[in-house]
Amino acid sequence: MKIKPTFWKLVFLFLMAAGAYATYVRFAKGLGPSTNLSDQFPWGIWIGFDVLCGVMLAAGGFTLTAAVHILNIKRLEPIVRPTILTAFLGYVLVSVALVFDLGKPYNIWHPLIMRNPHSVMFEVAYCVMLYTTVLSLEFSPIVLERFKLHTPLKIVKAVLIPLVIGGVILSTLHQSSLGTMYLIMPEKLHPFWYSPLLPVFFFLSAIAVGLAMTIFESSMSAKHFGRQLELPIIKELGRVLLVVLGVIAILRFEDLLHRGVLHLMLKPGYEMYLFWLEISLSLIIPLILLTQKKIRASAGGLYATSVLVVLGFITNRLNVSITGLESSAGMHYVPKWTELAITAAIIAAGFALFGLAAKYLPIFPAEEHSAAAEPAPAPGAGVLVHAGD
Amino acid sequence: MSKAILYDATLCINCKQCEGACAEQNHLPYDDAVAAEDHQSEHKFTVVLNKEEKYMRRLCMNCGEPACASVCPVAALRKTPEGPVIYEASRCMGCRYCMVACPFGVPKYEWNKLAPRVQKCTMCADRVQAGRPTACAEICPTGATKFGERDELIVEAQQRLRQNPGQYVNHIYGLNEVGGTSILLLSSVPFEQFGYRTDLTRDPLPVFTYRVLSRIPDFIPLGGMVLGGVWWITHRREEVAAAEGPPKEEVFYPSGHDGRTK
Repeated sequence: MKIKPTFWKLVFLFLMAAGAYATYVRFAKGLGPSTNLSDQFPWGIWIGFDVLCGVMLAAGGFTLTAAVHILNIKRLEPIVRPTILTAFLGYVLVSVALVFDLGKPYNIWHPLIMRNPHSVMFEVAYCVMLYTTVLSLEFSPIVLERFKLHTPLKIVKAVLIPLVIGGVILSTLHQSSLGTMYLIMPEKLHPFWYSPLLPVFFFLSAIAVGLAMTIFESSMSAKHFGRQLELPIIKELGRVLLVVLGVIAILRFEDLLHRGVLHLMLKPGYEMYLFWLEISLSLIIPLILLTQKKIRASAGGLYATSVLVVLGFITNRLNVSITGLESSAGMHYVPKWTELAITAAIIAAGFALFGLAAKYLPIFPAEEHSAAAEPAPAPGAGVLVHAGD
Repeated sequence: MSKAILYDATLCINCKQCEGACAEQNHLPYDDAVAAEDHQSEHKFTVVLNKEEKYMRRLCMNCGEPACASVCPVAALRKTPEGPVIYEASRCMGCRYCMVACPFGVPKYEWNKLAPRVQKCTMCADRVQAGRPTACAEICPTGATKFGERDELIVEAQQRLRQNPGQYVNHIYGLNEVGGTSILLLSSVPFEQFGYRTDLTRDPLPVFTYRVLSRIPDFIPLGGMVLGGVWWITHRREEVAAAEGPPKEEVFYPSGHDGRTK
């Protein structure tokens, strides 16, 4: 195979080089010189984006496994593997990001023996550890199949249902607990985002994003791996997404209403603009789009909607973790280049690993691979398929 | 019984000896430059603020039910029965949740070190354990900072408010804030002027998360039962359908609820 220096391959190399240098700065100089974090603002994008959004973007894993294995919706089966792959990679990358963010990363194992069951983060740590294990087991048949290891494959398949049930419970717990983490700061977090329902919102938005990510991935892989798009499946996911977004929208409105903060929606200011950006991207525009039958039935419409939903709820998590805490901290936080470089490198690594796995492992149903179709030179995973050549 | 510090700003003369004693106790550098710093930091655990000849100390409030200790995943921060909230650096993994959670913005971080610690006043825990007052209270020449039993100090603070109502803001800061703290403050000017929030909840903050967290043990068996039950029902339908062969009456169930849709 030839190695062609395509545009996206160069971007990837640049991001990895910048990330490598930023990694050196982080571990040689410490958190102070490598971030814009401070005593007033101790958590930045490594927590707000890499961890909070990372875990949310990986939520397709438990949503899809629950639909296929527990609700027995067999027609969704063809897209389970790519979703589990995304989820698995997502959690691995979240753990990598944590190593960057923790002041003493070599103590990351301490929750195993030093317990504080009153701490939400302790619970999240355990759930994430256990769920990553579950995901690696759910993912293992793909690898075992590839290397024709039939005995372990049989064992994993025999315990698959309890695994899936465990995975769904663990996900429900830690997806919502990421919201619970912020319940401890009723006076610090802006009333747009501080709500006793935070755990519920975090859980529901994880489901919405899980669905949106599944639509997004299916569309992307159809484009770049020369596969046929599973349009009927995507359409079905679009319908479920519409309902989930509707539920979130109603709950979000009722919550603002009952906490008596609706008037803030019209009070111009930094928080208001970002609140409307979040609400428009995550709820208003996708709801308008998805109620149109034409959009619900078109691959392009569903793809665009899923991108909006993902961006909208990323805005939501960043609002909770950054925007909403800025006024009580009395300052604006803007990430340093090193923080951005490491986050970008982690995302790039995610795309590359997905591309590699899709290339060398039986991720997609075999009969749909058509050798004739050439990957389109469009943004995203396309070039990275060849990253390991 | 639980110990506390009562700081009465009206008695304070801004001599800053508490700052010096605190630095010495905690093995921190202290000179004129540090004395001039007007905020708590990783090398200055207490500070005497000066606003138009009105003074106010800031230090860790050593809450009765501290948010920092409740959120710490590895229990590096802990409330001792004597009152101090202590920190064990060897347990800490540096997640900094304590800093985000603290309603007073007290814990500070050694951002420029490779093995950073959380830094804050720990109410001279080892001195208190040995039955001695905190360094700041011991050195205070005017009695503005007074160490003692929390219950007795509350009574004394109430007496001072009663005897000289014109001299004080009618509020013992720390009596009820976030459920009560081991530091009690009296002042002649509103506390907000020195950055103390007076809109804090009277509920201990850990209650807010524990309300949710405490449901988890109940949720796990319930969730498992529901999910397992749904799995059993959806797959049972399939087995029944397979055993019965192609159902001829399918036409009567156009919505396809027999689990055999396409």
